[in-house]
Amino acid sequence: MAAKSTASDSKLNASIPEGPVAEKWENYKGHVPLVSPNNKRRIDVIIIGSGLAGASAAASLGELGYNVKVFSFHDSPRRAHSIAAQGGINAAKNYQNDGDSVYRLFYDTIKGGDYRAREANVHRLAEVSTDIIDQCVAQGVPFAREYGGLLDNRSFGGTQVSRTFYARGQTGQQLLIGAYQALSRQIALGTVAMYNRHEMLDVVLVDGKCRGIIARNLVTGNLERHGAHAVVLCTGGYGNVFYLSTNAMMSNTTAAWRAHRRGAWFGNPCYTQIHPTCIPVSGDYQSKLTLMSESLRNDGRCWVPKSSADVKKHPAQIPEADRDYYLERRYPAFGNLVPRDIASRAAKTECDAGKGVGATGLAVYLDFADAIKRLGRNTVEERYGNLFEMYEKITGDNPYEVPMRIYPAVHYTMGGLWVDYELMTTIPGLYAAGEANFSDHGANRLGASALMQGLADGYFVLPYTIGSYLSNEIRTGPISVYTPEFDKAEKDVLDRIHHLIGVQGKQSVESFHRRLGKIMWDKCGMARNAAGLKQAIGEIRDLRHEFWNDVFVPGRRDEYNPELEKAWRVADFLELGQLMCEDALHRNESCGGHFREEYQTGDGEALRDDKDFMYVAAWEWRGDDARPELHKETLEYEEIQVTQRSYK
Amino acid sequence: MNLTLKIWRQGGKYKGEFVTYKLDNVNEHMSFLEMLDVLNEQLIAQREEPIAFEHDCREGICGTCSLVIDGRPHGPMKGTTTCQLHMRHYNDGDTIVIEPFRAKAFPVIRDLVVDRSAFDRIIQAGGYISVNTGQAQDANAIPIEKDQASRAFDAAACIGCGACVAACPNASAMLFTSAKVSHLALLPQGEVERRRRVLAMIAQMDKEGFGKCSNVTACEAECPKEISVSNIARMNREYLGASFAGETA
Repeated sequence: MAAKSTASDSKLNASIPEGPVAEKWENYKGHVPLVSPNNKRRIDVIIIGSGLAGASAAASLGELGYNVKVFSFHDSPRRAHSIAAQGGINAAKNYQNDGDSVYRLFYDTIKGGDYRAREANVHRLAEVSTDIIDQCVAQGVPFAREYGGLLDNRSFGGTQVSRTFYARGQTGQQLLIGAYQALSRQIALGTVAMYNRHEMLDVVLVDGKCRGIIARNLVTGNLERHGAHAVVLCTGGYGNVFYLSTNAMMSNTTAAWRAHRRGAWFGNPCYTQIHPTCIPVSGDYQSKLTLMSESLRNDGRCWVPKSSADVKKHPAQIPEADRDYYLERRYPAFGNLVPRDIASRAAKTECDAGKGVGATGLAVYLDFADAIKRLGRNTVEERYGNLFEMYEKITGDNPYEVPMRIYPAVHYTMGGLWVDYELMTTIPGLYAAGEANFSDHGANRLGASALMQGLADGYFVLPYTIGSYLSNEIRTGPISVYTPEFDKAEKDVLDRIHHLIGVQGKQSVESFHRRLGKIMWDKCGMARNAAGLKQAIGEIRDLRHEFWNDVFVPGRRDEYNPELEKAWRVADFLELGQLMCEDALHRNESCGGHFREEYQTGDGEALRDDKDFMYVAAWEWRGDDARPELHKETLEYEEIQVTQRSYK
Repeated sequence: MNLTLKIWRQGGKYKGEFVTYKLDNVNEHMSFLEMLDVLNEQLIAQREEPIAFEHDCREGICGTCSLVIDGRPHGPMKGTTTCQLHMRHYNDGDTIVIEPFRAKAFPVIRDLVVDRSAFDRIIQAGGYISVNTGQAQDANAIPIEKDQASRAFDAAACIGCGACVAACPNASAMLFTSAKVSHLALLPQGEVERRRRVLAMIAQMDKEGFGKCSNVTACEAECPKEISVSNIARMNREYLGASFAGETA
């Protein structure tokens, strides 16, 4: 395979195929080595996670004839957090005849990511986006339709076309169920073995290659060894490092972080997406935050009172003239549909200026009164009914009558394990797909692109690229788990479990997680600065020390013990949090979701430094007490001209 | 508000019994599960075993949370999962009884946690359309009437939580199974495997030890996604049609 290195670091080779951007994927597919059907039967692949990326990859690899094992900490693969995605999935179908194309989706994604994503990967994503919709419809995913029976679309932030396919406000659910059903079919056919209630706690390397995992059976507490010729991490993002986020309660970084400690470099850990429209925090007991889909900004208008004297008034008492529709004022070209990073920062700016509403002053209005007047209540209900209901259940307010109150919250992590064009990490034979990798969204992800990327990786990218590596494994034979490497990895896991339970301190796991989250939100959240980040690194180091000396984990290791699971995950978050702050501190620029207060334009927009920071930061683990080592993959834009991002 | 909680404990030091807990100063804006979080934090502080219960998304969509609350799966609110139930619907001084979902096919793992993998096996028996990755035609090549697509969606909205089984005096899984049969039978893509699917899924459902349907319709009343029992009627028709056609699973 002819490959061109774009890395400035000799150890980082993204293996991007030759040729113009628009032809790379076709070229690649035409030349990638294949594994014949009789050999696929002799190749074992382990997939960790059963969300969109994991389930689609497992089903597709099973269909191809590989022996697949899937591990999930849930009781069923259908529970994965992809299920909670609401708004939609992008695809360059141009069914609306509104000027969309593969190029435009590619361009919007690169621009939306503030020119910090890899061109070749993003173009491939845009190319396969159309196949995803075909595949999902064939599986029976009930997308929204028009009266003529054809598929309907809507708009999402950061685009000027309607390319988002949706299934009411439950698109993630329907796509995941589609992938889950495809996976279930392979389980029934015997090509995939499903290990529910199993958590991967380490990867095992033999002669520098990933050869398997150590997993804990969460019901019995037993540790298990599983060998394979390749391992794929589809384990989602790490937003729960902030404690409060829109992620599900069990979403965690453990699989990715354990792989990182074994040699998989972590790409752009500081790139976090703060979603502008979430239900605001209401109390100390709060366990998570709830997203209100971005699709609401198609028809909802964001505003705050012009005068801070009005913030405690009932919104109905504030006349039109005294309202500031700040997004429409500042960004007339995109209005309420600016990308997420921009909408979030704008909400924060208003609240910081004392214009925030609600009990805490940390909320803005999202108002549907105009939409109801224009479209009628029935249409609004048809489009957003389930979201309005969810809002009312949580807050007790009826959004048909009173504007929603919303505030930004942690939602997605663009950073993740560094992968090359083939989605392989820096450990040979270890892959990362979906939100778990860093590759496609740069410094900010556009709405409805996470579902697209998860399914692109699983259905259409990995099944091709993994063959490139596995074609060299056909003579390897079965992987034995009775080797010194597996012995050692299992012992390491067991020691750490004993250590966690052995502390028998005074503070709960939850209390540590909450404290970590507060440090991260205050100092590595929507706005960051060097002084705060330095402070955060010290605070997290101290907190980690305190954790390992004073945490209390009840129960035994050899039983169903959710507190033990949580303790392991929080211990990993404590290490990751520190790396995120290191990354945010070193990146002396603002880009996308990474906003450093020292680097902004006169009117408060992110100020990039393309001369010094147009690279992917890939961090190498150097040990518990050592500073991580930075490696750089320089980003080269051949197709797109890099400019100051503007949505005005 | 101050509450008395009678909670089923099973596993660890508990053989299987209700244990009574007092919980004070419960905030009305808490969700039901956040109330249990607070109780667990108190238990941990007293070095007691926390109560095991399942939950994940806390947005009413993943289907992980369960609980029978005062005799009703997912509690008293219509169309609401336990995670979306808020304490503002309770009063100071209330006693709340909390049990796991109970059914022979859902064995208890610990406390309030049950094993619902039987549902996965019903789907594995045939709850899918057999189309390999890459075999699909253009998505708009199959127009589907809007209302028909909408009916398919209504059935596909099932979250697989198992409340229908817990609500049924026979512990029948007819609502769950029929929701998937309906979702796929209502769409042209599902037509090819329509007969084989319904027979195979019902055979698996019976094998798992779920009871028969006797038209109590408590399943619909308690379903957090308000899946209609008309799906059961549709499944019965599909089953009869497939049987008369001489199809075998």
